[in-house]
Amino acid sequence: MSVTVFVPRDSFAMALGADRVAQAIAVEAAARGLAVRVVRNGSRGMAWLEPFVEVQTPAGRTGYGPVSVRDVESLFAAGFLQGGAHPLAHGAVDAMPWLARQERLTYARVGVTDPLSLDDYLAHDGFRGLRRALGMAPGAVVEEVVASGLRGRGGAAFPTGIKWRTVAGAEAPRKYIACNADEGDSGTYSDRMIMEGDPYVLIEGMAIAGYAVGATYGYIYTRSEYPLAIATLEEAIRRARAAGWLGADIQGSGVSFDLEVRMGAGAYICGEETAMLESLEGKRGQIRPKPPLPALKGLFGMPTVVNNVISLATVPIILDRGGAFYAEFGMGRSRGTLPIQLAGNLRTPGLVEKAFGVTLRELVEDWGGGTASGRPVRAVQVGGPLGAYFDASLLDLPLDYEAFAKEQGIVGHGGIVVFDDTVDMAEQARYAMEFCAIESCGKCTPCRIGSTRGRELIERIIRGEDVAASHAQLLALCDVMEHASLCALGGMAPLPVLSALRFFPGDFGLAGDREVAHVG
Amino acid sequence: MKVRIGGPERAPRADEAPYDQDAVAEVLARWRDTPGNLLPILHDIQARLGHIPPASVRQVAKALGRSRAEVHGVITFYHDFRQAPAGRHVLKVCQAESCQAMGSRALTAHLERALGCALGETTADGSVTLEPIYCLGLCAASPALMLDGALHARVTPAAADALLAAAREGA
Repeated sequence: MSVTVFVPRDSFAMALGADRVAQAIAVEAAARGLAVRVVRNGSRGMAWLEPFVEVQTPAGRTGYGPVSVRDVESLFAAGFLQGGAHPLAHGAVDAMPWLARQERLTYARVGVTDPLSLDDYLAHDGFRGLRRALGMAPGAVVEEVVASGLRGRGGAAFPTGIKWRTVAGAEAPRKYIACNADEGDSGTYSDRMIMEGDPYVLIEGMAIAGYAVGATYGYIYTRSEYPLAIATLEEAIRRARAAGWLGADIQGSGVSFDLEVRMGAGAYICGEETAMLESLEGKRGQIRPKPPLPALKGLFGMPTVVNNVISLATVPIILDRGGAFYAEFGMGRSRGTLPIQLAGNLRTPGLVEKAFGVTLRELVEDWGGGTASGRPVRAVQVGGPLGAYFDASLLDLPLDYEAFAKEQGIVGHGGIVVFDDTVDMAEQARYAMEFCAIESCGKCTPCRIGSTRGRELIERIIRGEDVAASHAQLLALCDVMEHASLCALGGMAPLPVLSALRFFPGDFGLAGDREVAHVG
Repeated sequence: MKVRIGGPERAPRADEAPYDQDAVAEVLARWRDTPGNLLPILHDIQARLGHIPPASVRQVAKALGRSRAEVHGVITFYHDFRQAPAGRHVLKVCQAESCQAMGSRALTAHLERALGCALGETTADGSVTLEPIYCLGLCAASPALMLDGALHARVTPAAADALLAAAREGA
């Protein structure tokens, strides 16, 4: 009987040599006359253990990692196909505390199944949400999502169900589902892990959304930086269509929905919903003023649901288990779970799906294992390049949209980047403005011009030129950008700058008066 | 009588340089019925020709019924599209925060020294184009880079040197 060995095909694993490891395992097994079936699964999210190789034993799956090609021979010698002891062994995968202490709802299958196997997907509760939805009235599907309390996981945290209501209520010859998979925030990779590790859950979520609001076509707009995600999605869409889960008459229900993947071209701004719609229409990715809301006048002028990957990928479990089930997780008005992406200078970083309410300290210390460098944590940036930098005094903040807003921070898309005490926060602030200047779409002046002036002012402060005047000008400029920019890029680029000034004034050569830079 | 301004011996401009018009025509035919098809068309042209020849803008614009200015505007808006060929290898090094926290500034400086060119430039021998990229989604395994479309994570300067050496040996 052949033994099943799992070697991930997720980008983390691939970027660390997983293909060579998978091949070496096949070659070594053949040389030893052993029957081994290699399955290419998604990633469990334990990036520091990638490539993380798992073996299916009678007692369950057991894991080894990080495995390189030169470890393969010793793994066979140690009898890893029977779960044998080895310096890289981590024992029963489900019992590993890093995984066992999570609440995996959206990511329940990621790392467990073969992402492209429809049989695997069906055997692990796949398409149960869509089946149930198709048996309900479209309006009832929308209300189930409203009841779940799900808020947009792209960062804006707008209630998903309410957005769906608006689109459902709009009269139009055509409507669209546009999945925002343009995951450009540094420190985030949750969308990518879904697309690579469980593409059918996204397809299912989009089909449910289409049925609920009366849309028959969808687009997944993703990044050219994600070649493996694009290839996986395209193959999954082909297979889903061939099996009748997409197309003119989904599983004999009479309901029609189909979709395609569109690749961006390296523009951060296309993660903003209206810029994404422009790009999908074949234009420069420039912001559209709102109103009109995309929900009423979106893609090609038609009512459009624009949702992030994680929002849509969470819809199937909400429809399967009910909105009330999902709403039981979380705190305050932040219901459900969030896939938190640990990044930067951490010893054991990766993807942690937890109910809202988990603290930064638990994430950075318990899951992240402290810094990789072994030096003290100095700064934590949450929510991508437009997110605030916090110092260690705020580590006990719970992950909750409202709690973060109170500290002039954002949860955003759930990325947490950790820096040790070698970081120069004035340089980080300078970079925030520089990034905004590089990626500004140019539509509005506060962002287009303000970002360059902001970078120059910070450079003057760093050089010690006219520090007091430059500082005052920088604060005034940030105020203009925050209040007068058309979208979040210009409107939030001041966040990392002002928070760096607030918590780390010494890095700018400024006196330590924290209140000076306090926003609002 | 026609008078040519600039004289007959002036060098051809980039937007007049010859290019593979048949390839572009094939691309245009392939995407003809797709709504919002300009980005797929430009990606496809670049995949086939290595860049988007400025002279092809006229052909693309005509086929789509859009102005040349509009097509040019789209090409120049997006970082991915290039109007001149790149080096034989393209190395994109992540410059974003997570990689910064794990030494990407030092890695980038090392690569600029080793290649003798700055970010955004091509080596003198035309073998490598070095470019910035803003996040490859490998932030739990920083620093990261992309060499000829392949991803690499937890890259040390020595590992980057080895990757480049292997690539340059191959071609």
